[in-house]
Amino acid sequence: MLKRLTASVREFKTASILTLLFIIGEAIIEAFIPFITADLINYIKDAGNDLEMKRILLTGALLVGMAVLSLTCGGVAAYTCAKASSGFARNLRNDIFDKIQAFSFENVDKFSATSLVTRLTTDVNNIQMSYMMIIRTAIRAPLVLIFSIIMAYVMGGVLATSFVVLIPLLGGGLFLVSRKAMPAFRAVFRKYDRLNESIEENVRGARVVKGFSRERHEMKKFGVAAEDIRGDFTRAERIVACNSPLMQFCVNANMVFVLLVGSQLIIKSGGADLNVGHMSAMLTYGMQILMQLMMLNMIYVMITMSSESMKRVGEVLNEQSTLVSPENAVTEVKDGSIDFEGVSFKYSAKADRFALANVNLHIRSGMTVGILGGTGSSKSTLVQLIPRLYDVTEGAVKVGGVDVRHYDLDTLRGEVAMVLQKNLLFSGTIKENLRWGNANATDEELIEACKLAQAHDFVSSFPDGYNTRIEQGGTNVSGGQKQRLCIARALLKKPKILILDDSTSAVDTKTDAMIRAGFKSYIPETTKIIIAQRVSSVQDADLILVMENGEIAAMGKHDQLLASCEIYREIYEQQTKGGEGHE
Amino acid sequence: MSNTSARKAPPGMEKGKRKINWRVLGRVVKMLFQSYPRLVPIAMICIMFSAAVAAIPSIFTQKVLAVVTSYMDSGNTDWSAAAGEIIPLVIVLICLYLLSITFTTIQTQLMAYITQGFLCKMRRKMFDGMQHLPIRYFDTNKHGDIMSHYTNDIDTLRQLVSQSLPVLLQSSIIVVTVLCIMLWYSVWMTLVVLLGVLLMIFVSGKIGGGSAKYFVRLQAHVGKIEGYIQEMMSGQKVVKVFSHEDKAKEEFHEINDELFKISYRANAYANMLGPIIMNIGNILYVIVAAAGGVFILTGIQNYSVSALFFGVGMLTIDIAVPFLNMTKQFTGNVNQFSQQINSIVMALAGADRIFKLMDQEPEADEGYVTLVNARIDEQGNVTETAEHTGQWAWKHPHGDGTLTYTPLRGDVRMEHMDFAYEEGKTVLHDVTLYAEPGQKVAFVGATGAGKTTITNLINRFYDIADGKIRYDGININKIKKDDLRRSLGIVLQETNLFTGTVMDNIRYGKLDATDEECIAAAKLAGAHDFITRLPGGYQSELTNNGANLSQGQRQLIAIARAAVADPPVMILDEATSSIDTRTEAIVQAGMDRLMKGRTVFVIAHRLSTIMNSDVIMVLDHGRIIERGDHQKLIDEKGTYYQLYTGAFELE
Repeated sequence: MLKRLTASVREFKTASILTLLFIIGEAIIEAFIPFITADLINYIKDAGNDLEMKRILLTGALLVGMAVLSLTCGGVAAYTCAKASSGFARNLRNDIFDKIQAFSFENVDKFSATSLVTRLTTDVNNIQMSYMMIIRTAIRAPLVLIFSIIMAYVMGGVLATSFVVLIPLLGGGLFLVSRKAMPAFRAVFRKYDRLNESIEENVRGARVVKGFSRERHEMKKFGVAAEDIRGDFTRAERIVACNSPLMQFCVNANMVFVLLVGSQLIIKSGGADLNVGHMSAMLTYGMQILMQLMMLNMIYVMITMSSESMKRVGEVLNEQSTLVSPENAVTEVKDGSIDFEGVSFKYSAKADRFALANVNLHIRSGMTVGILGGTGSSKSTLVQLIPRLYDVTEGAVKVGGVDVRHYDLDTLRGEVAMVLQKNLLFSGTIKENLRWGNANATDEELIEACKLAQAHDFVSSFPDGYNTRIEQGGTNVSGGQKQRLCIARALLKKPKILILDDSTSAVDTKTDAMIRAGFKSYIPETTKIIIAQRVSSVQDADLILVMENGEIAAMGKHDQLLASCEIYREIYEQQTKGGEGHE
Repeated sequence: MSNTSARKAPPGMEKGKRKINWRVLGRVVKMLFQSYPRLVPIAMICIMFSAAVAAIPSIFTQKVLAVVTSYMDSGNTDWSAAAGEIIPLVIVLICLYLLSITFTTIQTQLMAYITQGFLCKMRRKMFDGMQHLPIRYFDTNKHGDIMSHYTNDIDTLRQLVSQSLPVLLQSSIIVVTVLCIMLWYSVWMTLVVLLGVLLMIFVSGKIGGGSAKYFVRLQAHVGKIEGYIQEMMSGQKVVKVFSHEDKAKEEFHEINDELFKISYRANAYANMLGPIIMNIGNILYVIVAAAGGVFILTGIQNYSVSALFFGVGMLTIDIAVPFLNMTKQFTGNVNQFSQQINSIVMALAGADRIFKLMDQEPEADEGYVTLVNARIDEQGNVTETAEHTGQWAWKHPHGDGTLTYTPLRGDVRMEHMDFAYEEGKTVLHDVTLYAEPGQKVAFVGATGAGKTTITNLINRFYDIADGKIRYDGININKIKKDDLRRSLGIVLQETNLFTGTVMDNIRYGKLDATDEECIAAAKLAGAHDFITRLPGGYQSELTNNGANLSQGQRQLIAIARAAVADPPVMILDEATSSIDTRTEAIVQAGMDRLMKGRTVFVIAHRLSTIMNSDVIMVLDHGRIIERGDHQKLIDEKGTYYQLYTGAFELE
């Protein structure tokens, strides 16, 4: 999984490595600075009142030089580090987004849209933070640690033995603390998600809450959830809070040890085994060693915390698209004929019920086919198999006499235009939205398609005409207008097969009829499949399917079905009585 | 309404540009004190003590070093003699350390407790306040934006309370303590250090400001990319149907690139601050050493606080050396301080937004007429009872101290009602209507004709001038909102279900309803059939607004929810729009039973839903243009007739 993620570093490898190098450079210089300052202090001490300014200035110049060098290294590292981590995050986002573009409908169904958004935003952010932390400290901290330990031995000799006790103590302590805190934090995050869900429910459903006067009820519910989180979070934070006294204890213990043992050593040996300067350097190194341990622990915590994010991103990157174009794919669709041969389908292998069971159906090119059926009768499922949005579980779907699984996906979907039930316009102008159908369409072609979809009149009535901006989700056009624009968008593909999945439900019957009449006269060769709630939308079709519970309950022409199919007759009578069947 | 207001710029965007409001910090601190009037001062004292104690040991360390040096200088190698001087010093040191560790422990444990407690209080305060906000607030603010108060903004507060504030306090105390000690030793040297610190503060301000600027831009851009991702992820199926994947990638890469550029600048600035401050510290160290040397060599008079007691002396090495260490400590703390700048700025912006939500004007309710259980005898005399009788009455206290009881009947009248959501944009003109108990009143009209607005006014989601709407003869502004809404059942087009079982969701209409009552309501709504076919029946868990149900099924549950409340008046706003005509016909019988004996307001696009209404009102641009029953309107051959015959389109 880690490998999968780091593969996204790509062109920012250089910046990442530079960061490591410059950070190491900075660390080395920093490690030398206490040396020189110790030297300076020793000199000032030893010289007593024979202090020579030149010596101070010389050492000072050296120190300034090193500070400038350290600053340069630090500055460059700061820059490359920001570039590397931001770049890595960018690549990761690109990779996830691209991967999602290659998803099949089945893959999309598996991850909800909201969860994909979270993965692309929050999760990538967490990973970016960890990455930044890692390239800044993962090499530096152990390096400084080892260096400091060596230096401490070189300078302090026996004094350094304190670390033999302190390092395992602190390291072990920190590790224990993180081990205990981690599950607590994970529990908190899960509860957090639930708390946010309940807030969202209340914001979204404010009318329901107020309508039923349930404010107090909701407040109580929220209070319980909030207190619950508070309890868990406090526990987690209190465990983590043990880190600082532990750290402080180790630093202080080292201090006491160095002072006691160090002064004894200096005085007993008359400064031969150890001098004052070295002793104060020991204090600095001691501090540094323990600090690095703390850093390493922080990295450990950070990685563990973001491992959840890494897992979630890895899931997307590792997801195998269930639909890919085959090798040697067929790149031409002969005509608009459609054959379902013994087709059964279920949405997941685990589902115990088939959404479609043993469907056999033959549609000649150029036919108009209507599909009727109640909610949940699998009308949409049936048509979604034609552009291979899902693969059949059993049997085969053929378009133009060729199994859809043998086509190049782009070719197939280029020839099979589908207006989804949950249709969507995107933010942008009407023109831009229409050009989704055909990026190179001329203005005349756009207008022609809109005329056919009965959209031209209202579009030209807008002050900005075809350049009118559509808001996200198409909220600034009415439902019927949106549907007609979606039909126009599909028409622009000049498809061999056109599928309308309940796409005129918000359009009045008259306009609906005009759209169908247009289809008949302008695109007679195109096979048209129309799913509808209204009988009037399908009654002129060459073939009408009545679906129930995943099966074709009846098929035939309007008159035949009226005579033979009870469900059809029921729907028809109910609607003509209801007034909507009138034309 | 909701869709017009959604076009306004999200408030978060403008906020970043505004100057930091430091008064917000004061308010956070004040609330913190109010929440924990005892614990916060204790924690503060602990912080101050541990900070002060952290500064003192350097004196003892220096003393030990001085002893060691003096022994060395005199060539004395007698450890037992030295130990007599050193060990007491170390013991004091150990005591100080123990004290400091104790304080740190208490402080960190307390802060963990206080932080989470405070956040919990803030969350609840925000939520409770939000529950009392008028519908207008929810209509005019993006939901994502309201949500971010509870997530991002609260998170910034966590950072502020648990980290930034303690560090701020601690660093300031250490800085002041060290400053005092420095002044005790030497005024001149202190001045040198202070000059360096001024430079640090200046640089932090400059660079910190730079990074804050980029972080604000980053925030805005993150919003943009989230918007794009949101749109593409929810439209993923359309993208695939149109083989638009490559175009989408191209667009995304472009926005993503822009984000990368801003992000790396913001982070580069932020990362840069640490090395810069640290190295100014290093250079300052050299300058202090050099200055010490100069002072010693030139034998300058050492002015110091201690001199006030012991007389002015010369600057000696014993002073210069501890000064160098103190410089380290001083700059280290300034660095700590500067590292908090970003999180403080962000926390203040977050707190500002939180306070804006808390300060929202709550929904006004001056109503005093309440709904009570009652017993009504044959003569129509009403007596109030404590137990549930199935009969209700309005309890109306009058100015002269008398009480009157009016039986709840469900009679709603509106007189010459005008209404505007925003001043100058009147959406209802002179609407008058009478709905007698048990009548079914339907509204028909295009989107924006004002149908939903009328229902918004009946349940007082929006308020209107006195006396325009009367419920059972009582001015609805005098009725307590809770009681008014309890007497109205609403089912909206956009169904909102809550996380929990199907049973819980139906029971939402009446919290003390038995399972049997809930099932009866579901049967009435025509939902029973499909619910029993769900894997868990009535105990099936619904999540994410019932995402696993179809829109039509969700509507049926919402109808059952309103049915269980058994209100005398019901408002059905496109309540059956997603149920196909055949299913609607099947549930029609149940619906008819549900509506029987109630005053019902129906809004529907589909004329078959409303044809059997007692009165149908055709609305156009906020005016009632036709009214009457189906037959009358058909005979008039007006707009309704045209709609009915399909000559006209409703949008």
